[in-house]
Amino acid sequence: MSVQDFALAAEVAARRRWSATAALLALVVLLVVLSLGIGPVRLSPLAVIEAMFGGGSDVAQVIVREIRLPRTILAFAIGGILGLSGAALQGLLRNPLASPSLFGAPQSAAFGAVLVIALGLADVRSYALPVVAIIAAFGSVFALLAIAGRNAGLLILILAGLAISSFAGAATALVMNLSSNPFVVLEIAFWLLGSLEDRSFQHVALALPFIIAGAAVLLSQASAFRALTLGEEAAQSLGVDVGRLRLYVITGVALGVGGAVAVTGTIGFIGLVAPHLMRPVIGHDPARLLVPSALTGSALLLAADIAVRIIPSTSDIKVGVLTSIIGVPFFLYLIMRERRALGGGVA
Amino acid sequence: MTLLSATGVDASLGNRKVLRDVSLSLAAGHLVALVGPNGAGKTTLLRALAGLIPSGGEIRIGGDTLASLPLRERAKRFAYLPQGHMVHWPLPARDIVALGRYPHGATDPARLSPRDMEAVLRAMLAVDVTEFGDRRVTELSGGERSRVALARVLAVEAPVILADEPTASLDPRHQIDVMQKLRNVADTGVLVIVVTHDLGLAARFADHVLVLSEGRLAAQGTPDAALSESVLASVFRVSAYRAEFQREVVIVPWADV
Repeated sequence: MSVQDFALAAEVAARRRWSATAALLALVVLLVVLSLGIGPVRLSPLAVIEAMFGGGSDVAQVIVREIRLPRTILAFAIGGILGLSGAALQGLLRNPLASPSLFGAPQSAAFGAVLVIALGLADVRSYALPVVAIIAAFGSVFALLAIAGRNAGLLILILAGLAISSFAGAATALVMNLSSNPFVVLEIAFWLLGSLEDRSFQHVALALPFIIAGAAVLLSQASAFRALTLGEEAAQSLGVDVGRLRLYVITGVALGVGGAVAVTGTIGFIGLVAPHLMRPVIGHDPARLLVPSALTGSALLLAADIAVRIIPSTSDIKVGVLTSIIGVPFFLYLIMRERRALGGGVA
Repeated sequence: MTLLSATGVDASLGNRKVLRDVSLSLAAGHLVALVGPNGAGKTTLLRALAGLIPSGGEIRIGGDTLASLPLRERAKRFAYLPQGHMVHWPLPARDIVALGRYPHGATDPARLSPRDMEAVLRAMLAVDVTEFGDRRVTELSGGERSRVALARVLAVEAPVILADEPTASLDPRHQIDVMQKLRNVADTGVLVIVVTHDLGLAARFADHVLVLSEGRLAAQGTPDAALSESVLASVFRVSAYRAEFQREVVIVPWADV
């Protein structure tokens, strides 16, 4: 083996990863076009593209650019940040079962948001909703990692996550319980199911800055996740400040998940599923999984949001309900696969 | 010439004082064995020397105090091999070895500079792991994995290597193999400090032995002097069979004293 062989092997692997990422990107673009075309008025992909670039009828332009575009942007961005958060948490904890929803982050963010709604402080223009949701998400992930401690096993993480999400659920129920206005309660209940329906550019403006900030924080730590493959001690000996890394990841996940939950309610399990779909294609390197997991998350949420619009039903199916219905069996499958590690107590 | 020195070093784990007033002075090109009963503080001393845990006293490395060095600079001077050769994701062996270049700014194994690539290759050649560079570490045998871990540490090309029980859970042939490779590295001018429970391996391969007991240095010196009958009796509570075989010291621990 020589330096040339070495470089060649690295290049072959890199080319495969690039083509996989490019294919994923093409899929996302396709889903974006489909998402813009589906609704009460069906538009062909060509009509969508025409309307996007200022052609076609005025009606088509309004439908695509003003009514459907915000929804599609949110599906893309929120799916992406959820996939990215899952990959980052799995990288930080070296654990394939880590994800924001299993750790109670969206549930806690939802509690924060529900509190704001119940107190009547929610307004589409107000940043109170995302800010409180982000603070609650930060608190939950921080508490989880503090309880689990360093080098925590799978079982501890999942039990602590279960406790935190149960607590967030109970706190949310308490707020609804104490709320005197039945209309507010109904609004909260529907909002909790998670939906992208009827979202406007004001919602996009509310969530997007936080999502972008969260994504930037998580992506900036990519190579540290790779060093963590060797464990916290070895990573530290390679020059990674593990304590600071944890704080960055908690902040990034909280910004992204809090911002997302504030405008859509809870949409679960995308963060868990996306990295798993990418590992057979991209490999297990936690740094390289970040961007493909984000794109997969986008694709999943775009597809789910298309599905809820075309599945025939008497009332609307909420997209958060659909992702959980698909995500939970997948989680059970993962538990089955990780049975040995779980049984042993420490992974 | 002293490369690494410690003066009055102490360290605590939680409220428990694990190291007390450890002073030592070690030279480049030596293989140093760090021995002691379970709980004596061997791993803690190794971590303190590498600056992975806070400690009192002063540690100097090549003329600088450890406290004055930023994390990145410490990482270039100390290559640290933790116990167990843990690898959490099934990455190809080559990518694991390439992580040794992380302190030098090469954080992506797919984009190594020619210099980093050569360092990785040298390390892989030194411990004979080039043939399974493409294989996932999780698919390797324990002996192979320990060599990959060793290659990762060598790739740092640090002046000091700290290895925590690198021979644990290996069969006798691989134990000797790992020690021989560390011996070869030391002979190139690197200071290698190895934690081990195997007094026989320590006696055979080390130039210098540090005996740690309840957080203090109970003895240090050549293997023969540091692992004397009285030290073995007082620190390890064993006697030992001693001999010489092929001009090497042989120590076989025997029954309780």
